[in-house]
Amino acid sequence: MTIRNKAFVAGAFEHPLRLAPDHSTPQLHAECARGALADAGLSLRDVDGYFCAGDAPGFGALSMADYLGIAPRHVDNSETGGSSYILHVAHAAAAIAAGKCSVALITLAGRPRSEAFVGFRPGAPEGAFENWVGASTQNSYALCAARHMHEFGTTSEQLAWIKVAASTHAQHNPHAMLRDVVTVADVLASPMISDPLHRLDCCVVSDGGGALVVVSPEIARSLSRPLVAVRGAGEALKGPNGGRNLDLTTSAAARSGPLAFAEAGITPADIKYASIYDSFTITVLMQIEDLGFCAKGQGGRFVADGNLISGVGKLPFNTDGGGLCNNHPANRGGITKVIEAVRQLRGEAHPAVQVPNCDLALATGIGGSLGIRHGAATLIMERQ
Amino acid sequence: MMADPRILRAPDVNPETRPFWEAAANGQLLIKRCTACGEAHYYPRTICPFCGSSETVWETSAGLGEIYTMSTLRRGAHTPFTLAYVTLDEGPTMITNITDCDPDTLEIGQRVTLRFVASDGGAPYPMFTPIADQKV
Repeated sequence: MTIRNKAFVAGAFEHPLRLAPDHSTPQLHAECARGALADAGLSLRDVDGYFCAGDAPGFGALSMADYLGIAPRHVDNSETGGSSYILHVAHAAAAIAAGKCSVALITLAGRPRSEAFVGFRPGAPEGAFENWVGASTQNSYALCAARHMHEFGTTSEQLAWIKVAASTHAQHNPHAMLRDVVTVADVLASPMISDPLHRLDCCVVSDGGGALVVVSPEIARSLSRPLVAVRGAGEALKGPNGGRNLDLTTSAAARSGPLAFAEAGITPADIKYASIYDSFTITVLMQIEDLGFCAKGQGGRFVADGNLISGVGKLPFNTDGGGLCNNHPANRGGITKVIEAVRQLRGEAHPAVQVPNCDLALATGIGGSLGIRHGAATLIMERQ
Repeated sequence: MMADPRILRAPDVNPETRPFWEAAANGQLLIKRCTACGEAHYYPRTICPFCGSSETVWETSAGLGEIYTMSTLRRGAHTPFTLAYVTLDEGPTMITNITDCDPDTLEIGQRVTLRFVASDGGAPYPMFTPIADQKV
């Protein structure tokens, strides 16, 4: 049993707003849903599967399906932080392959710029042992960067190249929050947030959202959009594991990646474009190693000198500007990773960053905290 | 016991972890060891996360270890402070803070010793501080 070629991404929509003080969060979900369905040539009435994660207000899918006016026969509230939506595409494909639904809607939205961020979840088993340490996203991801530098000699200059590549792409995206092209020196001169991560090593905080529509092969062929097939996927979780053999230089993508490549029947060398979750520069570097684009410890050398810039390097990444420059709606960047990969496969990316003959693309993400406990999801899609 | 510029909310104690916090109030750091597989773990669970046995027992850590990794937060309220993982001599690596020191002098691999820091009205929290003259 495989999901390979059993489902197609027919609709994708990224909300144009990056600041939404006059919207409600459910309203953003609904606008994204409508946008993605219109992109596919479908409507809310066609939806029979619904997928959402922790950003969905209220009682998750229970609240949102009623709000949206949909009556799904398959629902999935799987929550792995910002990687959830990449995983949802794979779960939707599995549900479609099993005949549980034929038009799956995935939505994400939130307003972290306009309303207070809700932090700790009460009752977590680790809560009393961690809540007091003052872990934020910045310093917990920085734990990984510090250890990676210690073990492999990775430098701040190498990490900065990831931001340089993202900014080089973002200049072409009129919706991007940050459109100025930056240099390695700019990144190093930006304020130190949490050693060794500078401000420009960190992604933006944005209001907004996105949605995806995943459909059965029969429905995909009845629509007028390019055929973007789900070819393979993998998911994995990683945490401190009782404190045994802690290794903060390897992410759960070291397991989700090989699962995805095995299902797709391809290797990293076959990938023409990669959307790589960029909550921080270190997140990108570790995933590149863990997915096998280079050996563990070689990520710093791999990303340097523009190797991630479309038209320049070997692995064009995040051609929308990514979370580092474009958008990180609801503090969850997984859905925008899939959306830009779909644009690339359709040939609908900005001409300045469109990868020629882009037939195989990857979207991968880390949700939760890379330095504490996180979920990884990797998705491989193919233009047919 | 050291003060901390942050207000550290008292721990939420539940029946499974109460012995840990009672020991903390007496200045002792407890870990759990499984008598079936022999492995120690932190944070403590009733069921061993490595072999699934319920034959776990409390063990007092000597409170000595070394910094596995760390990051000093520089921006925001009550900064700087240092988030770290410390690998205890008994084996488990725990998330904690390095306190009562100049953060800029800290190094990965450095030896540290337990230092409980008061919470706001509850049991204290197990942080660590450098052992003098034992830099790597």
